[in-house]
Amino acid sequence: MRWKKTDYTGWGRALHASAEIARPERLSALKALLADAPAPAIGQLRSYGDAALNTGGRAIDMTRLDRILGFDAETGVVEVEAGAKIGDLGRIFAARGWIPPVMPGTGFATVGGCIANDVHGKNHHVVGSFGQHVTEITLLQGDKPRKLTPDKTKVLFKATVGGLGQTGVIASAKIQLMPCKGDMMVLTERRVDGWEEFLSVLENSRADYNVGWIDATAKGVNLGRGILEEGEITSGVSPTKGKARDVPFNAPHWALSAPVVRMFNEVYFRRVPAGGRTTVKPISAPFFPLDAIHNWNRLYGKRGFHQFQCVVPMDQAPALRQMLDLIANSGLASPLAVLKRMGDGRAGYMSFPMEGYTLAVDFPNRSGARVLIGNLERMTEDAGGRIYFAKDALSGPDRVATMYPEHGDWLKAVAKADPDGAMITDLVRRLNLRNTK
Amino acid sequence: MNEAWIILGATSSMARAFARTVAARGDAVFLAGRDLEDLNATRHDCTAHGARLAEVVTFDARKPEGFAAIIDRLEREDGLINAVVFVGSMPEQSAIDADPGLIDGTVTDSFTGPARLLQMIAPLIEARGGGTVVGVGSVAGDRGRIGNYVYGAAKAGFHTYLSGLRNRLTRSGGHVVTVKPGFVDTAMTWGIEGMFLVAAPQKVAEDILKAVEKKRNVIYTPFFWRYIMLIIRSIPEPIFKKMSI
Ligand SMILES: Cc1cc2nc3c(=O)[nH]c(=O)nc-3n(C[C@H](O)[C@H](O)[C@H](O)COP(=O)(O)OP(=O)(O)OC[C@H]3O[C@@H](n4cnc5c(N)ncnc54)[C@H](O)[C@@H]3O)c2cc1C
Repeated sequence: MRWKKTDYTGWGRALHASAEIARPERLSALKALLADAPAPAIGQLRSYGDAALNTGGRAIDMTRLDRILGFDAETGVVEVEAGAKIGDLGRIFAARGWIPPVMPGTGFATVGGCIANDVHGKNHHVVGSFGQHVTEITLLQGDKPRKLTPDKTKVLFKATVGGLGQTGVIASAKIQLMPCKGDMMVLTERRVDGWEEFLSVLENSRADYNVGWIDATAKGVNLGRGILEEGEITSGVSPTKGKARDVPFNAPHWALSAPVVRMFNEVYFRRVPAGGRTTVKPISAPFFPLDAIHNWNRLYGKRGFHQFQCVVPMDQAPALRQMLDLIANSGLASPLAVLKRMGDGRAGYMSFPMEGYTLAVDFPNRSGARVLIGNLERMTEDAGGRIYFAKDALSGPDRVATMYPEHGDWLKAVAKADPDGAMITDLVRRLNLRNTK
Repeated sequence: MNEAWIILGATSSMARAFARTVAARGDAVFLAGRDLEDLNATRHDCTAHGARLAEVVTFDARKPEGFAAIIDRLEREDGLINAVVFVGSMPEQSAIDADPGLIDGTVTDSFTGPARLLQMIAPLIEARGGGTVVGVGSVAGDRGRIGNYVYGAAKAGFHTYLSGLRNRLTRSGGHVVTVKPGFVDTAMTWGIEGMFLVAAPQKVAEDILKAVEKKRNVIYTPFFWRYIMLIIRSIPEPIFKKMSI
C-alpha cells in the first residue's frame, strides 16, 4: 500500500497539515496497514478544525470502505463500513421506510466521523445523539478486530463514541435505523422577531426536527431575530432532482464582508412571508441545505473560516444572549448562524451534547474573529457549557478538557486502548486531550 | 428482460462502482474474483443498492480450470447475460526488467485469462440473441511506452481481441464495448507521481453504463483521453522513441 504525501485541511480551511495518507480499498488492506503502523483514521474531512489532521504523521483515509454490509428489513438494523456517507444511507433507506435516526447538517459525513464526534441532528431533542443508535462497533486496534457494544464493552464503547478516533480505527458499525413514512419532509418556516421569542418558540415546538436560523447581524430590538424551521417526515413523490452546484475557486475576501452579509441576511429573513409558510421537499434539502453547493467553504477565500459552536445549560440562556450581542456588534458574523434546543442525549464520555441551547456561528478567519471566538469560549466556560471538537480550531491546551466532566474516564480508557499514542491528531495535541504535555 | 452481469475482477474500485450502478437498476450481479471476504462485502452492498440477485463466484485469471463452474452458474440464469472485465495487473516495469517471467502473469491477468472466459461466455450470448460484453482496457494499450509496455502490450492484445469478438457477436444480436480509461483514482494510481486529470471510479462506471445503453463500440473515459491519445498516437516513431512520457 502506498502512502501519498498530501497537504490537506479541515472543512474550515484555516488549519493545514502535511501528512502521508493511505487509502485502503479493502478490509484486508486496512488490516495490513494497521499491523504495520497504526495511524488515525479520517473520513470526509467535514470537521472544521484539525480533528482529522496529523501534521508530519500519517493518516488512513477511510472513504473507500463505504459498503453496506447487511440490512435486516425486520429490525431495521444496518451494518456499514465506516467510510459510508450518512447521506447515502438516508437516500437508500428512506425510500424503503427507514432512516438513520441522526444525521448531521452535511450528508457527506462518514459513519466513522459521525461516531467519532457523536454527532447530533436537528432532532436531537427527540432522539439524542448518533452513538445512541449504534448497536455495535467493529474497532481495529492494530489489525485485531474487536466488537464493541454499549453493554458488553461499555467502557471502550463510551470511549470510542465521541472519542475522536483515539481508541482505534472504526472499520464498520451496526446502526438501528428508525422507521419513517417516506423520503419527503413537510417543512414549516416562520419568522421570529427577537431573542425571547426564539427561546419560547423552540421550547414550544412539537416538531420532530427543528432548527433556528439567526440573523447574527441584527442588533438592538432585532437581536436574535431569525427563522424557525420545523420538519416532519412524510411520503410523497419528489420532483426531479436538483443538480449540485460547485464553487470552483476561492472567493475574494469581500464576498462575505459585513455589508454583503447584512444585505443577504435581510433578504433571507424576508424570504419567508410574515405569516410563515409550509412546503414539502425531498428530505435531502432540509437535512443538508448546504450540500447542494459543493465546496461552498471556498466562499470564504483562501484564508478559510471558523465555526464557533457551544452548548450551554438551559438556565444560561442569558449568557447566550450576551454572546449573540457580542457577535452582532462585532460585524464579523457570516450568514450561517444556528440556534437549537438540545436534549441531554449523549453516548460517549467526550460527547458534545448537554441539555440546553446550542449556538453555531461561522466567521471568516481574521484576527478580529479569532479574538472574538476566544471571548466566546471564555463565556461558554463561565456558563458551564462546552465547545464542540468537530468545529473548534482555536482553543488552547487543557481549556476544553475541563468542559467535559468525564474526560478522566475517557483518558483512562484511551491510554489502555492506544498506549503508544499512535492515534493522536493535531486537535488532540493542540488541546492536550491526552495529557501528553 | 432480466439482465445479469458477471463482473470479473469485482474487487477493484471501478468494478465496485459499476456493480453498484447496475445493482441500482435492479439487475443481477455475479461478483467474480479471488478475495472472497471482500467480494462478500460487495455482494451485500449490491443487495442493499437494489440488485435482484447478488452472488460471489471464484475467478482467478490464472486458473482456467475454475471457469467451467462459472459458465454452469450463468447457464442456469435466465434473461440476458452481460460480462464486464475489470481484471488486469501492472507490475512495475523495473520489476519485469528484473524478472521477465512476470510477463506471462501480466498477459494472463490482463488479456488471455479473461479472454478465455469470454470465449466460453460468447456462445451463451449467441444462444440468447443478446447481451453485452464490456472489456476494460487501457490507454496504455494504444502505444507502447518505456514505463509500462508489457502491460500496454497485454491491453493492446485485449483491445484487438475485443474488436474481433464484437465482429462475431454482432451477428447474433450481442454487443461488445471496449473501454479505455485514462488515469482513474484507484489504489493502482494512489500516490504515484505525475498523475493528472484523475477520474473518480464512479464517473468511469457511469460512462461505461451509458456506453452500454447506447451500444458504443470504443469509448475513452473521461472522453478527453480520446484526444490525448490521438495526439500521442500521431507522434512519428522516430520522435516518439526518444521521448519519455
Ligand atoms: C456543513 C456542515 C454541517 C454540519 N452539521 C453538523 C451537525 O448538524 N451536527 C453535528 O454534530 N456535526 C455537524 N457537522 C460536523 C460533522 O458532522 C462532523 O465533523 C463529522 O465528524 C464529520 O465526519 P467526517 O467523515 O468528515 O470525519 P472527519 O472530519 O474526517 O474526521 C472527524 C473525526 O473522526 C475521526 N474518524 C473518522 N473516521 C473514523 C474511523 N473510521 N475510525 C475512527 N475515527 C474516525 C477522525 O479521526 C476525526 O477525529 C457539520 C459539518 C459540516 C461541514
